[in-house]
Amino acid sequence: MPVEIIISQIFNGLSLSSILLMIALGLSITFGIMGVINFAHGEFLMIGAYTAFILQRFFHGQDSGYYFLLSLPLAFFVSAFIGLIVERSIIRFLYGRPFEGMLATWGLSLVLQQAARNIFGANNVEVSSPAWLNGGIEFIKGVQLPYNRLFIIAIAVICIIGMYIYIYTSSSGRRMRAVMQNRDMAACMGIKTRRVDSVTFAIGCGLAGIAGSVVSLLGSIGPSTGQNYIIDAFMVVVLGGVGNLSGTIAGAIMIGAVSPFFEFVTTSSMGKVIVFALVIAFLQWRPSGLFALKTRALD
Amino acid sequence: MDKKAYQFLKKNWPYIFAAIILILLPNLLSDFRLNLFGKFLTFAIVAIAIDLLWGYTGILSLGHGVFFSLGAYSMAMYLKLKSEELPDFMMWSGLTDLPWFWRPFKHFWVALPMAIIIPALLAIIIGFPTFRARIKGVYFSILTQALALVFSIFFIGQQPYTGGTNGMTNFQEIFGYSLSEASTMRGLYIITVIVLVAVFILSRWLISRKTGRVLVAIRDGENRLRFLGYDPSIFKIGIFALSAGLSGLAGALYVPQVGIISPSMMGILPSVEMAIWVAVGGRGTLNGAVIGAITVNGAKSYLSETFPDIWLYFLGALFIGVVLFFPAGVYGIFERFKGKKAEEKGVLSNRGETDYAAEK
Repeated sequence: MPVEIIISQIFNGLSLSSILLMIALGLSITFGIMGVINFAHGEFLMIGAYTAFILQRFFHGQDSGYYFLLSLPLAFFVSAFIGLIVERSIIRFLYGRPFEGMLATWGLSLVLQQAARNIFGANNVEVSSPAWLNGGIEFIKGVQLPYNRLFIIAIAVICIIGMYIYIYTSSSGRRMRAVMQNRDMAACMGIKTRRVDSVTFAIGCGLAGIAGSVVSLLGSIGPSTGQNYIIDAFMVVVLGGVGNLSGTIAGAIMIGAVSPFFEFVTTSSMGKVIVFALVIAFLQWRPSGLFALKTRALD
Repeated sequence: MDKKAYQFLKKNWPYIFAAIILILLPNLLSDFRLNLFGKFLTFAIVAIAIDLLWGYTGILSLGHGVFFSLGAYSMAMYLKLKSEELPDFMMWSGLTDLPWFWRPFKHFWVALPMAIIIPALLAIIIGFPTFRARIKGVYFSILTQALALVFSIFFIGQQPYTGGTNGMTNFQEIFGYSLSEASTMRGLYIITVIVLVAVFILSRWLISRKTGRVLVAIRDGENRLRFLGYDPSIFKIGIFALSAGLSGLAGALYVPQVGIISPSMMGILPSVEMAIWVAVGGRGTLNGAVIGAITVNGAKSYLSETFPDIWLYFLGALFIGVVLFFPAGVYGIFERFKGKKAEEKGVLSNRGETDYAAEK
């Protein structure tokens, strides 16, 4: 295989990893903290993507396209706000009931998709890339690294750094870790665990929203956009182990790097089968993920 | 009357009553409705299979659409070969010879067992490594969900061998009986009723035995069971394989009645829907599973005929509503009216809040 193709495959893989990472971070922390697997998480990505779309309609005709930068924080806040409503109205009743949580959030994702279909139409819509993201750097001869993918990777890196700072240095992040490790003890120490839950869930949804707004750079978006990414994001969480950043990052890089490779070498359907088999094989070696929290508890 | 027979009748009269109604339905319903109801009954078999796995053993599989479809495809291959020498989609993809793995499916007595064996084997292949590695709870559910996605993509991708997105359709006859005849459909319906009753009795027998107690013990306290010297993974693999095999059997009954099978039946949406039938009916009770499958699908066909747009909202709301307000399902509400009576009988059904804590 020529070097050019390998390099561009790795590069595409990295940008896929970045998107998966932003989705999986939210999934992982909400599962770690509340024991709820959020099947509607992909729909928060969709909400982010449609936020970028609406913003573009609003600023229609402005050539510079710098308004796209505005869509990132806006997507974060819109998704986070809707996430907050969902947490307050549905998720909070599902703590510690993971199976029911899965079914209920799956139902929520159906409702959100159908709502998107009714509001924006069943067809996919296009978010045009801003002019300053067209083109790319010529890395070596024959290999062009597109700016929009570089931009996605940069946004993911910024999000990770932001999350690191938030979780490990801020007092709010410290409360979050405390609740994750021992909810009852944290509550005894005066931490308002309910509020921590809400904030965590909202942040997770917000991250998915940012992912959604950058996904709109790669192609058209539609009501089922979230579904394209959610299963891979689940695989990232399973691989990485729940509730820690480094595991999620490692898992995202693995899935993102491996799946385009196999899809390229074989066919796209065969590639998915191989990746799934690899995940199961991997779990033989590390059943609770790469960086599982070390614990003496049995479960 | 013999006292024993009287006791039996007193205990089981609702079941006997239900079975008689099911057998009499062909005389009451139009052919179209009967066909539809036959489809629901195959779904009820799947619901029982899922209930054995989820309600009793505490393992939620979100990939049962795959097992159901594998059974359905096995039967579809037989039906296809019965009506054409070389299936039409193979010709369109340029195949001139029947692939080797298609050949045995010419024979009914290969196709029917395969409809059970192939899903069960797949379940063992997936279950062996995952249960051995003590992967459980939501991790297992997520893996089975990925299985559903992978298989549907795979079947769509292998157009020359599986018929791709369109799947298989245009079946002419089964056992020499034309599939367009109403009488054949009635026969298939009666067979479905018999299989459903048989599966129900088999499942009741299984859970009333020691094996059933072990399964419930896995649900309620797997580690404790392990300390007692049992190997839960063997039981889990076994019940997973049985559940998959029963789903495959249901699929094999589904295909001749509905006349089409495509990868859309094995994707994530149908698989999760199957779990919701059980949740709506009431998991941990076989009656609940059957009732759930029939009511949800009845509502589905009514709503998607009358208000196609609303159906998905309704389904979503159903998922959320059942989980939030009726965790024990329809049958649970029914049981609650009966009050303590059920508890005194010592049935495994209608469990309280304790099992939710155990799932944690």
